[in-house]
Amino acid sequence: MVFFSVPLGKLVRRVSRLRGGGSALPGLVVEKIDPGFMRRTLSTLPHGVAVVSGTNGKTTTTKMVVELLESQGLKVFTNRTGSNFTRGVAAALLGEVDWRGRLDADVAVLELDEAHAVHFVNSVPPRYCLLLNVLRDQLDRFGEIDKTAQLLQHIAAKTTGTVVLNREDPRVARIADTLTGQEVKYFGLDESLLGTFPNDDDMRAAPGSPAPAGLPQKPQADVVLLKVGADSAEFAYDGGTFTTAMKLRGVYNIFNAAAALTLARSICGGGAATANHATLLEALSRVAPAFGRGESLTVDGLPLDLVLVKNPSGFRLGLKSFPAGGYATMIAINDNYADGRDMSWLWDVEFDSLRAEGVDQLTGSRAYDMALRLQYDDVRIGAVQPEIAPALAAFIREGRGKPKRIFCTYTAMLAIRRELAKITTVEVVS
Amino acid sequence: MNPAEASTAAAPSKGTLRVVQLYPRDMNIYGDWGNALVLQRRIAWHGYTPDVLEYNVGDPFPDNVDIIVGGGGQDSGQLAIQDDLQARAGELRELAEEGAPMLVICGLYQLFGRFFKTRTGAVIPGIGILDVETHGTDERLIGNVKVSTSEFGEVLGYENHSGQTTLGSGVRPLGTVPKGTGNNSTDGHEGARYRNIVASYLHGSLLPKNPAIADFLIRTAAERKFGSFSPGTPDDAYAVLAREHAARRPR
Repeated sequence: MVFFSVPLGKLVRRVSRLRGGGSALPGLVVEKIDPGFMRRTLSTLPHGVAVVSGTNGKTTTTKMVVELLESQGLKVFTNRTGSNFTRGVAAALLGEVDWRGRLDADVAVLELDEAHAVHFVNSVPPRYCLLLNVLRDQLDRFGEIDKTAQLLQHIAAKTTGTVVLNREDPRVARIADTLTGQEVKYFGLDESLLGTFPNDDDMRAAPGSPAPAGLPQKPQADVVLLKVGADSAEFAYDGGTFTTAMKLRGVYNIFNAAAALTLARSICGGGAATANHATLLEALSRVAPAFGRGESLTVDGLPLDLVLVKNPSGFRLGLKSFPAGGYATMIAINDNYADGRDMSWLWDVEFDSLRAEGVDQLTGSRAYDMALRLQYDDVRIGAVQPEIAPALAAFIREGRGKPKRIFCTYTAMLAIRRELAKITTVEVVS
Repeated sequence: MNPAEASTAAAPSKGTLRVVQLYPRDMNIYGDWGNALVLQRRIAWHGYTPDVLEYNVGDPFPDNVDIIVGGGGQDSGQLAIQDDLQARAGELRELAEEGAPMLVICGLYQLFGRFFKTRTGAVIPGIGILDVETHGTDERLIGNVKVSTSEFGEVLGYENHSGQTTLGSGVRPLGTVPKGTGNNSTDGHEGARYRNIVASYLHGSLLPKNPAIADFLIRTAAERKFGSFSPGTPDDAYAVLAREHAARRPR
């Protein structure tokens, strides 16, 4: 069976791409007929596997780590489709291996959804892991956030080398206490930036009330984000401070740059390369957002930004990072399985920041839930149209002459990109 | 506090209604703030003045409470409030028996009952205002729910719980479930009603898409405090449409 699985999987991949299909099917096929395929292939990499997981920012962070490592001359395998389930990794592998199943890469950096990461690390113990945050998301799949934190802890426990943790997220930072053999490194925020990251725990905490139990004394972080400018950022590491230009926008993306730097420095320090700081920072300054994550397209000569919102903290940070002033705004909320079916999370986001300008279009299968939410926050609503294509057309038509921003859930974003591809240049993601 | 209240405050207020959120810091997991927000706005839309307070562990218990609203928490949140809730059991029971309107969702629904017995056999005592008991299971009941009720018509929401609740003779169910599971996986009932308490597993949040329940709480509070309720005219056009669309979504 093993001899046929790779050619067969590659064939399925070709056929499914010809049909314009998703990235997961060929991976599913090879997983079924050859369950050892992934472990066998990935275990040959000289510098091992790094897993990136957490609620928010996986895709962009993974992209950053890959580009940072490539700037150091490493050949990196990654699952860049955003298909962060195990079979997505298998599918991406099929695209990269030769017909005999060999992978030409130095290291793999893989983005994995928390639950799938657990399956993955049981089969392929990673040398490195980077755990970003634990926030409310998809509670309909995971049950509770404390349970999600346990999933991340399991990933850390299975890691053989270095575990990189977010020092500012108590649920993530506390994982260090449960580890025995691994090296632990942190990425962190300067005190002055802590307030810009609302977390779920103090979401409803009264002003002046004690903060949820964090770490009594913060450990030293490998990389600390000190300052965020309009298109620059300042980091501290190795006893110095370094300023770099940034293409990425949104303070949360830039905090994830500190995470990516920490992981990339660990992998290089692990013998993969001698890290050259100038080229690392230069590579960081060139990283463009992953698709849909603060991605800026051009429509009628003006920017149209897509901001992916999947959970309350992501939506709150999105609203905070991208002020509404001067922009036409649309919100697209779907409740398909990949988005999460429960709409409760919309009530954990405050929309006051949209009050001054209003929202021009609401769309998606839960457009009316969103309308109801905005009504209770006194935000003016232009039009509500659950069908995405006509809503997008009206939004572009009526917003002519204004830069535009669309806040969208995952499947709504896919639909919007498909529509936009008809009228503007949209990066093709296979 | 916000423009809507300022503008409706142009007419003289029909009086102040005080809403107390129970343990919002620890019990807020599924958009429970939405229920408090809906009460705050609708009280104003009906021409009264809302006064929304938070009650958290260790706070002094507020006086002159007109409506109580409490939400769901994770297991850790339930543990954090357990002792404080027991210490407040007397005040809450007195309010409940006097007919104060209350909405308790998910975790606080369970803790308003007699006890919660976890899967491992540990018994977390409730405050026994509701004659219900809850048993932890390995099965998580998750998905969209439609409840048929005699008082509030069709109630729509979303459930996500592994505790299964059975009702004693001292309470009646909120309704029956044509779609979803509700209290437990056997008897086809959802929620509990006792005096003016509405208890339910449904979030979504519950009140935005079920304004009939919100208005029941407000009307009851106004009648208790002022002897009568004179409603305003909230615009529920979006609620009607959100209900139509939500009812068609898959489980």
